[in-house]
Amino acid sequence: MDSIQISPDNWILWQWEIWPVVKLNATIVFTWLVMAILATSSWLVTRRLTTGTDIPRFQNLLEVLVTGIRDQIRDVSRQEPGKYLPFVGTLFLFIAMANLLSIVPGYRPPTGSLSTAAALATCVFIAVPLFGIASQGIGGYFKHYVQPTLLMLPFNAIGEVSRTLALAVRLYGNMMSGTVIAAILIGFVPFFVPVLMQALGLLTGMIQAYIFAVLAMVYIASANVARRPPSSGT
Amino acid sequence: MDGDTMVALASIITAGLTIAIGSIGPALGEGRAVSQALNSIAQQPDSSNTITRTLFVGLAMIESTAIYCFVVAMILLFANPYWDHFAQ
Repeated sequence: MDSIQISPDNWILWQWEIWPVVKLNATIVFTWLVMAILATSSWLVTRRLTTGTDIPRFQNLLEVLVTGIRDQIRDVSRQEPGKYLPFVGTLFLFIAMANLLSIVPGYRPPTGSLSTAAALATCVFIAVPLFGIASQGIGGYFKHYVQPTLLMLPFNAIGEVSRTLALAVRLYGNMMSGTVIAAILIGFVPFFVPVLMQALGLLTGMIQAYIFAVLAMVYIASANVARRPPSSGT
Repeated sequence: MDGDTMVALASIITAGLTIAIGSIGPALGEGRAVSQALNSIAQQPDSSNTITRTLFVGLAMIESTAIYCFVVAMILLFANPYWDHFAQ
């Protein structure tokens, strides 16, 4: 990394000089790295699970994580977290791990690229109608687009798209600002201030992962709960 | 002044103005949100969990306006689409 790049997409790590030219940029490589860390560590931990009172250290960590995510989902959506846990938990763990690794020198968080953020937001964009249709049927889900009147149809559709866009740009902007400001400050004040900015970046990284997951859960829950008849209770 | 310098000048001044003006509103909004949340926690310490969570989500919503301004400023400075147009 020789100069300030606002996206790790432009940092080409490896290139295959045939047609079509295959470029491996930093976003892909570091996404693979995060995926490998998450998958390997959870495979290692879940290989031998015990139910006794004396559980291994890393199983304890994983149980705390899963229980915490389940509690948060239950609090936010006021529903049983079982069917949302894989999706929302994966979003949180991936973003959190991608942001936490940014203290490692030479690593650029892949969430600081608009491609990754847009891909994650697209997953939420697709998951919201899927969960809604699964719980209410196709007619029941699409009825809410014409909810007050038919006139609101375009505005509801625009709202659906624009909040996905906001989700992507928020994550991208937060992570990109951290890396860019750190890179600028390293040029000005080489030692101490960048360290503080990195510490602040860790905090904002965790908060952004939390917020992304909570917002995804809120959107999914709003597709499920809001149009349920009020008599059934929440 | 040739076109190149004009684009650079306009980009830098506009980027500064974008960040400066664009951070005023979110700062006021976040201050107001945090003060209200602190008031609520002081009055109802039992529901501080819910208040804190809602506060964080709301702060992220407010903050994203400032983040949009930051993204626009960064695009102006580092990925200006008009550089190639005037830099022949």
